[in-house]
Amino acid sequence: MSLAGTMGGHTRKPWLKRLADTSEPYLYSAPSLILIVTVMLVPLALGISYAFRDIQLLNPFSGGFIGLDHFRALGEDTAFYRALKNTLWWTGASVFLQFTFGLILALLLDKPFWGRGVVQALVFLPWAVPSFLAGLNWAWLFNPVIGPLPHWFFALGLIDQPTNLLSDPHYAMWGPILANVWWGIPFFAITLLAALQAIPRDLYEAASIDGATGLQRFTSITLPFLAPTIAITVLLRTVWISNFADLIVVMTGGGPADRTQIVASYIFTQAFRRLDFGYASAIALVLLALLMAYSMLIILLRQSLLSKD
Amino acid sequence: MQSGLLPTIAHRLAVLAYVVFALFPLFWLLKVSVTPNDLLYSEGVRMWPSATTFEHYAHVLRHSAFPTFFKNSVIVSGSTAVIVTLLASLSGYALSRFSFRSKYWIVALMLLTQMFPLVMLVAPIFKILSPLGLTNSLTGLVIVYSAFNVPFATFLMQSFFDGIPKDLEEAAMIDGATRFTAFRQIILPLTLPGIAATLGFVFTAAWSELLFALMLINGNDAATFPVGLLTFVSKFSVDFGQMMAAGILALIPAGFFFLLIQRYLVQGLTAGAVKG
Repeated sequence: MSLAGTMGGHTRKPWLKRLADTSEPYLYSAPSLILIVTVMLVPLALGISYAFRDIQLLNPFSGGFIGLDHFRALGEDTAFYRALKNTLWWTGASVFLQFTFGLILALLLDKPFWGRGVVQALVFLPWAVPSFLAGLNWAWLFNPVIGPLPHWFFALGLIDQPTNLLSDPHYAMWGPILANVWWGIPFFAITLLAALQAIPRDLYEAASIDGATGLQRFTSITLPFLAPTIAITVLLRTVWISNFADLIVVMTGGGPADRTQIVASYIFTQAFRRLDFGYASAIALVLLALLMAYSMLIILLRQSLLSKD
Repeated sequence: MQSGLLPTIAHRLAVLAYVVFALFPLFWLLKVSVTPNDLLYSEGVRMWPSATTFEHYAHVLRHSAFPTFFKNSVIVSGSTAVIVTLLASLSGYALSRFSFRSKYWIVALMLLTQMFPLVMLVAPIFKILSPLGLTNSLTGLVIVYSAFNVPFATFLMQSFFDGIPKDLEEAAMIDGATRFTAFRQIILPLTLPGIAATLGFVFTAAWSELLFALMLINGNDAATFPVGLLTFVSKFSVDFGQMMAAGILALIPAGFFFLLIQRYLVQGLTAGAVKG
């Protein structure tokens, strides 16, 4: 907007001043960029090269180039396919539930009421709970020795006896998902509430004067205004959650029998427990390729949404 | 907007349900942490034990390595928060105020770092830091965490700078100040809420980080709280009272920071959104 206006004068300035002007934004961003490149991009490139090498931390004879061997092994790795399927399930259910309950919470908090400030601080609190603690906390709630949940489920007739949901191969995934929903609702509520509060109030007044019902006001004012925020947060959050292994590592470690293993936790297990950095990097590369296509979509979307404003 | 009695009651009940859902797990943590060992199993699902005790806290504070873990985590999270906020104010300012040729690529790079699986970097970062003597060290963690948090913090600071009119530093620059002086003396003081929010965000993120801490740290001396607590859990998995007391302690700094900044959180994001 006004940035374009300041560009016009450049040609008439002396070259030294021009150089100083053009280098200025780079000076401001250089420290951040250097840090990102050395600590993220260089290891990323190194990690990609590991995928084609035999790198095992405890084996001094490893390190050689082995071409596509890791990927051939990966093609026959049933645990990997299960992890892929689990990732879809984990991500889909978590994002859907977090978003739905987050939107409802944002709408509830958008109305002024007595004590709203306190309520807002309390319902956003799970977001501040460190993820490892959220995982442990929910693991304890599911533990029949000290947690109430198995006894409540039993009393409701949902299960035959008060056992730990996290060790049930069929339902174990619901444990980390529930913890994730609890932990992630505030994120959606915060972003959506911010977007809701940016909607001009007079629009609603004008609409009620024209006789619009509550539902009409929601679908024709609220939703269109929220749409860009919803699109970007849901897309970004989908990528983020599909990579989010903390809760699973803490609560189930991928078990029982790999039933809760997602790709991200599988990579971590390979690197951390088996110290097989090569194989871990090969899985990571496949995950990266899958996410890359998805991420391109987000960047394009962000650009087109920003240029529309 | 006028609303009747029934919708109002439904609204308050829904709000109450959210509050209960949000607080219940934390309440349970607190409850078990003050339950004496002999009542732990006999009064399993009671909402509050018939007798309470602080012996678990006393034990954790006096006879365990948790105070060290706590100190390590404070050092790591505090340093990371300060470094990141400093760097992100500069780069966020650049993205907010300049229109330059590679801006698109810088934004794309920062978005990319937000999207690729960080767990990919666990192995290579270990391999790089190990010969430098930065594994098993707090400095190594601070460097890694700073890099991870700079992109998001940059976008956050950018949104705060976007909310401040450009005329302010333009006026100062016409009066002869350099841009950097104008930035330091006029713009930064106006973004204090943004700086507080960024500090809080990054502190909380660093306080919570688990996977890299597990990979890079072994042994108690440099362990952060998550590593210490998980080691404790896998070693003494029957000391529930002590584990939960330690959990409550881990919650305190993050919760405190959060309560300080949560007011700015919605405000700040709104400011970013309003600008459009």
